[in-house]
Amino acid sequence: MTVYYSEDHEWIEVEGDLGTVGITDYAQGQLGDITFVDLPQEGAKVAKGDSVAVVDSVKAASDVYTPVSGEVAEINEALADEPELVNSDAEVGGWLFRVTLSDPSELEELMDEAAYKKFVAGL
Amino acid sequence: MSGVNTAGWRPSMNSAEGGVSVPETQSGDHALMLEEPLIFELGCEGQTGVDFDAPAKAVSPALAKFRRKAAPAVPGLSEPEAVRHYTRLSRQNYGIDLGPFPLGSCTMKHNPRLNEKMARLPGFADVHPLQPQKTVEGALEVIEQLADWLITLTGMASVAMSPKAGAHGELCGLLCIRAALDARGETRDVVLVPESAHGTNPATAAFAGFKVETIPATPEGRVDLAALKAKLGPDVAGVMITNPNTCGLFEPEMKAIADAVHAAGGYVYCDGANFNAIVGRVRPGDLGVDAMHINLHKTFSTPHGGGGPGAGPVVLSEALAPYAPLPFVARGEDGHVHLVEEENRGEGHARAFGRMVAFHGQMGMFTRALAYILSHGADGLKQVAEDAVLNANYVLRSLEDVLQAPFGKSGPCMHEALFSDAGLPEGFTTLDIAKGLIDEGFHPMTVYFPLVVKGAMLIEPTETESKPGLDRFIASMRNLAQRAREEDASLHSAPHFAPRRRLDETRAARKPVLVWKADARA
Repeated sequence: MTVYYSEDHEWIEVEGDLGTVGITDYAQGQLGDITFVDLPQEGAKVAKGDSVAVVDSVKAASDVYTPVSGEVAEINEALADEPELVNSDAEVGGWLFRVTLSDPSELEELMDEAAYKKFVAGL
Repeated sequence: MSGVNTAGWRPSMNSAEGGVSVPETQSGDHALMLEEPLIFELGCEGQTGVDFDAPAKAVSPALAKFRRKAAPAVPGLSEPEAVRHYTRLSRQNYGIDLGPFPLGSCTMKHNPRLNEKMARLPGFADVHPLQPQKTVEGALEVIEQLADWLITLTGMASVAMSPKAGAHGELCGLLCIRAALDARGETRDVVLVPESAHGTNPATAAFAGFKVETIPATPEGRVDLAALKAKLGPDVAGVMITNPNTCGLFEPEMKAIADAVHAAGGYVYCDGANFNAIVGRVRPGDLGVDAMHINLHKTFSTPHGGGGPGAGPVVLSEALAPYAPLPFVARGEDGHVHLVEEENRGEGHARAFGRMVAFHGQMGMFTRALAYILSHGADGLKQVAEDAVLNANYVLRSLEDVLQAPFGKSGPCMHEALFSDAGLPEGFTTLDIAKGLIDEGFHPMTVYFPLVVKGAMLIEPTETESKPGLDRFIASMRNLAQRAREEDASLHSAPHFAPRRRLDETRAARKPVLVWKADARA
């Protein structure tokens, strides 16, 4: 099980061909209090870089881009009633959706935790 | 302040001042500071301000099953109670007639009373869109004259007067672009939108069915021309640029951008929301713009949200003019103005993409805008732009030593000054400054927009404000910045003196209560 990070501040935890996607703790901190999360349809085919979800906060509405291509396998339904999970637990309980990877080689373009930490420190 | 009665009471005096201790009032109100319940909590059940006749006939038995079982849950207020309720509420509201309204990108300028006088003339105020044309020639003449001015001021070929607002105008412009591409037999599905554009631009492009691609901003806050050129290609329908942009900066490479887009077969949409900064000084047509909407409620002083639909005319280049939506107002060979509709559109509008609205536009806004233009004249409009820019630069240079101005080194700003909360101590944010500004008696500036700046504070004073007025605003802003720098924790709970303290915006967004319920009264 490995976690990868994108420059758009998404994380993806991969187990087999299933990836769980969310926004990073750094991203939720920048957005402020999350008020609503718009998630993709289960079964939707998505391509790496597509805007597939929207996170609304008191400051802004921000697109979430899928870091990999594939098919949406599951969404985090708890967020409908508790969008604040993205604030309190961004990288575990505040996950957004799960995607069945169609091209695992896309993961090679993402960062590992150390590289992402360095990337954020440079912002 | 000199000249005020220094012996009298002032809001800053608390009740103990002067050695007199004053008890709390019985009502809880403080003179003109009035607490006001919801309208449903006022009046009494069964009371009404309308004297209905008793029904003349008995209700048909067939309708008996629809008879109400309970009285409708409407507020039971007399007419004076209803009038007082809304008047009392209005005292808690802030408007441009009360003081500066520095909302960046909104151009909250004074609405001259002359405009109102003209708009209330019965020949404009009481016309109906289905009246015979020969009975409304004066109204049509107003539309035609306003159209003439807009074409002249922008240096464009034509103007579609019917779109109802800025974003509606953006849609009109993009549909013209799509129609022009269709006529060329080309399918181009990408619209390029710089980071410094208005938020409505990518929304409009997506709504019109285009794919949006973002162009990054340079460190100076302007469009990255090289990045834009790199994205141009046979799939690009056009670019949507806001100029002056939302960082308050003019895009000096606009002509080069337009030339590059045209060379690649695309069109240039310019968001005209910030036209106030350049009206009378720059003609967008000379910069290569193909379509631009004009917010009459910004540059041309019609009220924001002024009693019904707004007006967002779209000026168009020679290339896009043939595709503009109907109807049009045109001057005939007989010198009279008449309406151009589907049945008489002729060659000139044969390729119109359709229509966006039922009728010709918002007469009330047209009349006010033309009154504004005629009362200022060409020289006056030029001075509007100059004074608006001068005022914004005065604010920028008067605050940049206490608040970080991310593009302060990019040269003079245009109509708005942009600051960031990046330089404030940890935990002190743009929201604290904005809420503190309410206590100071001002409407807050635009906050957290544009997104390219951390904790953005976007201040647009407009030409409305005098130097003494700006100085009072600047003194308040400096005071707030100073309090933040000294880590004055009371800023976190501002406003303290408004009718309501700081509202829980997060809870309001997560769990909005939008409908009054009787059982919630307790």
